[in-house]
Amino acid sequence: MSPTGKLKLIDRVSAINWNRLQDEKDLEVWDRLVGNFWVPEKVPVSNDIPSWHTLTDEERTVTMRVFTGLTLLDTIQGTVGAVSLIPDAITPHEEAVYTNIAFMESVHAKSYSSIFSTLCSTEEIDEAFRWSEENENLQRKAEIVMEYYKGDDPLKRKVASTLLESFLFYSGFYMPMYWSSRAKLTNTADVIRLIIRDEAVHGYYIGYKFQKGLEKLSQERQDEIKAYTFDLLFELYENEVQYTEDLYDGIGLTEDVKKFLRYNANKALMNLGYEALFPKDEADVNPAILAALSPNADENHDFFSGSGSSYVIGKAVGTEDDDWEF
Amino acid sequence: MSALVYFSSVSDNTHRFVQRLGLRESGTAVHRIPLRRGDEPLTVDEPYVLVVPTYGGGNEGGAVPRQVIQFLNDKHNRSLIRGVIAAGNTNFGQAYCRAGDVVAAKCGVPYLYAFELLGTNEDVMRVRDGLGRFWQQQSRIPA
Repeated sequence: MSPTGKLKLIDRVSAINWNRLQDEKDLEVWDRLVGNFWVPEKVPVSNDIPSWHTLTDEERTVTMRVFTGLTLLDTIQGTVGAVSLIPDAITPHEEAVYTNIAFMESVHAKSYSSIFSTLCSTEEIDEAFRWSEENENLQRKAEIVMEYYKGDDPLKRKVASTLLESFLFYSGFYMPMYWSSRAKLTNTADVIRLIIRDEAVHGYYIGYKFQKGLEKLSQERQDEIKAYTFDLLFELYENEVQYTEDLYDGIGLTEDVKKFLRYNANKALMNLGYEALFPKDEADVNPAILAALSPNADENHDFFSGSGSSYVIGKAVGTEDDDWEF
Repeated sequence: MSALVYFSSVSDNTHRFVQRLGLRESGTAVHRIPLRRGDEPLTVDEPYVLVVPTYGGGNEGGAVPRQVIQFLNDKHNRSLIRGVIAAGNTNFGQAYCRAGDVVAAKCGVPYLYAFELLGTNEDVMRVRDGLGRFWQQQSRIPA
């Protein structure tokens, strides 16, 4: 709702013609999102039940709190965040992409419930939700983002949205990646990896649209938006650090999570077209966590750092693309 | 002579990484693979390293942008590739920087480096230095 109390909607709707694209990125991202579509019911989370019972009480509590926090963010993004971007869209295809993003955020929010209902008792779930509702730092994170969604600057809304998609989820995503690296809750981790994949496309697209809008502004306004972006990132980062301490101090993982936060803050900034902020030695994610995220993110891909005498050729991969002629 | 060939979509992520390498200033030719079907196709006449972003990252194939496939389908262009550098995002899991694996395997050249999104300043420095050394070594290998 806008401050006047009127519902803010786009003024005029024309029938969407996908054969007349103003921005080819809209179709490319639409196709990618549709190709990536998934539902949590397809992942056999119930296979994690034995593994769930190998966790200590405290580990289970932290994990449930992580998931209630993530549920809150996905609910915001599905019902407010992505929807708030629709009136600002420049093309009808961009509007359509936001509706897809909003829907997938609702799928994500639902998938945490499906994990909960498989692994936990109703009392445990209620208790974790109550913790989330009472945790100041989680609520503050939600308030900060909601404030910008309700504001009247379309570019600032995109900044807030990109920071949410590409940065604010990661204090939570760390936990299932940690369990996966120890061969625990691996099906749950598969669900989270699907969410992480979606968030990358969302952050990329919203960040791209942000940059398209930004380049039309005067240098002065561009500088103002950049300063705003970094201020907001710092504000959210400070809050994330405290939220991380609330969650992870008890199981001794806080410092490891902070590195993951900084690594993802850098990526959020890059999605917005800005350079990374945190230096490498503050954002050097635990290799086990990185491997849980992406088994390909290993050292094999730095030919330059070796002696140069070995001739490393990429491992053979299936390439069925018909377009290749040789 | 050595060159660098790259593809970048309208997002310009890879374009900005290549610009930060400052290769033109050091005498390396830099060529961008055209974006649209109607554009004049690129033909390269000197050995080059290819910088390619990874597409897809989902259930389907298509990790290598079709414009890059078209460029490499030209036998002359393909004969001159010496190495590949890929961009991507670890969020895509198994598909992270997969375009580098595909091109390295298809063309039989080393997969030199992988970086995320726009690349960090460290990525820029390592690629800049690494390419310098790489071309020095290449110049010692008889054709």
